[in-house]
Amino acid sequence: MANVDFATLGVVSCAEALAQKKYSSRELVSAMLENIRRSDGRIHAFLNVDENAALAAADASDARRAAGAPLSDFDGVPIGVKDNISVEGETLSCAGKILAPVRSPYDATAITRLKSQGFIPFGRLNMDEFAMGSSCENSAFGPTANPLDVGRVPGGSSGGSAAAVAAKFVPAALGSDTGGSIRQPAAFCGAVGLKPTYGRVSRSGLVAFASSLDQIGPLAPCVEDAAAVFDAISGHDPLDCTSLELPGAKTLAAVRAVARTNPLSGMKIGLPGEYFGAGGISSGVAKVMDDAVAALRKLGADVVEVSLPHTEYAVAVYYIVATAEASANLARFDGIRYGDRKKGADLVDTYFKSRGEGFGAEVKRRILLGTYVLSSGYYDAYYLKAQKVRTLIRRDFEEVFRKCDLLLTPVTPDVAFRFGEKSDPLQMYLSDIFTIALNLAGNCGVSIPGGVDAETDLPVGIQLIAPDLAEDRLLAAAAAYEKNVFSFRPAPFGC
Amino acid sequence: MADTSIDVAYVAQLARLEIDPAQTEKLRRELGDIVSYIAKLDEVDVSGVEPTVHALSRSNVWREDVAKDSFPREKMLANAPETIGGDLIKVPQVLPGEGSN
Repeated sequence: MANVDFATLGVVSCAEALAQKKYSSRELVSAMLENIRRSDGRIHAFLNVDENAALAAADASDARRAAGAPLSDFDGVPIGVKDNISVEGETLSCAGKILAPVRSPYDATAITRLKSQGFIPFGRLNMDEFAMGSSCENSAFGPTANPLDVGRVPGGSSGGSAAAVAAKFVPAALGSDTGGSIRQPAAFCGAVGLKPTYGRVSRSGLVAFASSLDQIGPLAPCVEDAAAVFDAISGHDPLDCTSLELPGAKTLAAVRAVARTNPLSGMKIGLPGEYFGAGGISSGVAKVMDDAVAALRKLGADVVEVSLPHTEYAVAVYYIVATAEASANLARFDGIRYGDRKKGADLVDTYFKSRGEGFGAEVKRRILLGTYVLSSGYYDAYYLKAQKVRTLIRRDFEEVFRKCDLLLTPVTPDVAFRFGEKSDPLQMYLSDIFTIALNLAGNCGVSIPGGVDAETDLPVGIQLIAPDLAEDRLLAAAAAYEKNVFSFRPAPFGC
Repeated sequence: MADTSIDVAYVAQLARLEIDPAQTEKLRRELGDIVSYIAKLDEVDVSGVEPTVHALSRSNVWREDVAKDSFPREKMLANAPETIGGDLIKVPQVLPGEGSN
């Protein structure tokens, strides 16, 4: 325990400490396990941790380092994993009852890549059931609390991932982002959260929610750590036919170059008027945005107002496309081939009972909505129409990126809210307004801590958005902001 | 899109989802609110606009037609709720009237 400095816990800092033999991977994993045993009772970031698997992987890593043959600079660094990303032999419940008995038969490609570089998949992180939700309150196994204020939600759906990073339980974590599920919890917990370009990270082994929107990405304490994990998991995968035929990203070099150069100098950054005029932005978030704009200008960026005219339709398009795809994807969970079976009078009755008892309220609501918008007579009016408006939303981004290098927007209208504060589903959906357009358009975005809300002392996230495949530019700008303007370093939870 | 009154029982039937009858009215109201909201897409003129299925469209992703080992059966069936001798998935009776064995 003594050797591990939890205050600076991160991917790069752990890799350096391992290389310098400040501690072994076993000592690191053991100290993390002790920390979690002591403090996670109050956070509930983890659904479970397979301690033996983590320790065995740590021992194997230590043996490689002792033999002078580490698999990469990051050999022996543990990464927390959201419970919808497959790790062989571990749970894959998606925080839902219906998949509670399942153990993954294989590794997701993102996990295969991490393991091949010596990273250790560590524990199963809580989430909103099947990634449907913005608060982690929809977990069938109980909510996760925000380590910065345990009376507040950590955001969602990757709430366990964000909370584990903020509490310093893990150096970084994997999440998945369908409509903001990485960026919004990162904002609520003061972490960095990257939604990569669609197709950049394989979806093989990620339990599908909305296949045309889902993307795996990192949550981490700083931009450099997020870049290291993103580089490790990205790249073409023949197992995912929507995976882009490109080699793995190399953003870490661009991020590290920020130590010597200022990428913001001369960069053109657009502020979409529709995101700021939408109303509902709290005064604390507005103040952080104003300060961020001033700081970026001071660093040499040319900040200009731009327009994304179809922004106001993004939430409507999203809740048609996402629920339609979800209703089809979740049809496979019927208690027959895997998962929890609730026996009925016959086969069809078994479907009804297994699904009726196995899914939570929000998942049922979305399956019903998706089934409705795809049902006979409504397909053209809802799903086809939404796909056409989706084209217009994508064109908005293409148009605006002819004029600017990046966009700057809020991530959420307000800081992390209190448990139970948002009980109306539509109201909850509308709070996703700033994050979902990106999933529809497919390009990349990152949420980074932008400043602090004066009233609550909680961090406020800001979102930088880049065109398709421009993660290096995106993360370099984020790193420059972090270095020159604001960085958030919470104390380890419970210390 | 004007009609936003959803027949929850019918949609639940399509989705093979058992719904607590006590919840039907609440669901009808919640879904009605959401459907009324998404009807705002009526305002948008989409004439001549192609639908987007995937953000970064790819088509005809082929692989070589090469025989490979399939996923091991015992691993695949390890998660089945019930099996017959660990070899087949045991399913509930499909057709009525026949004896089950």
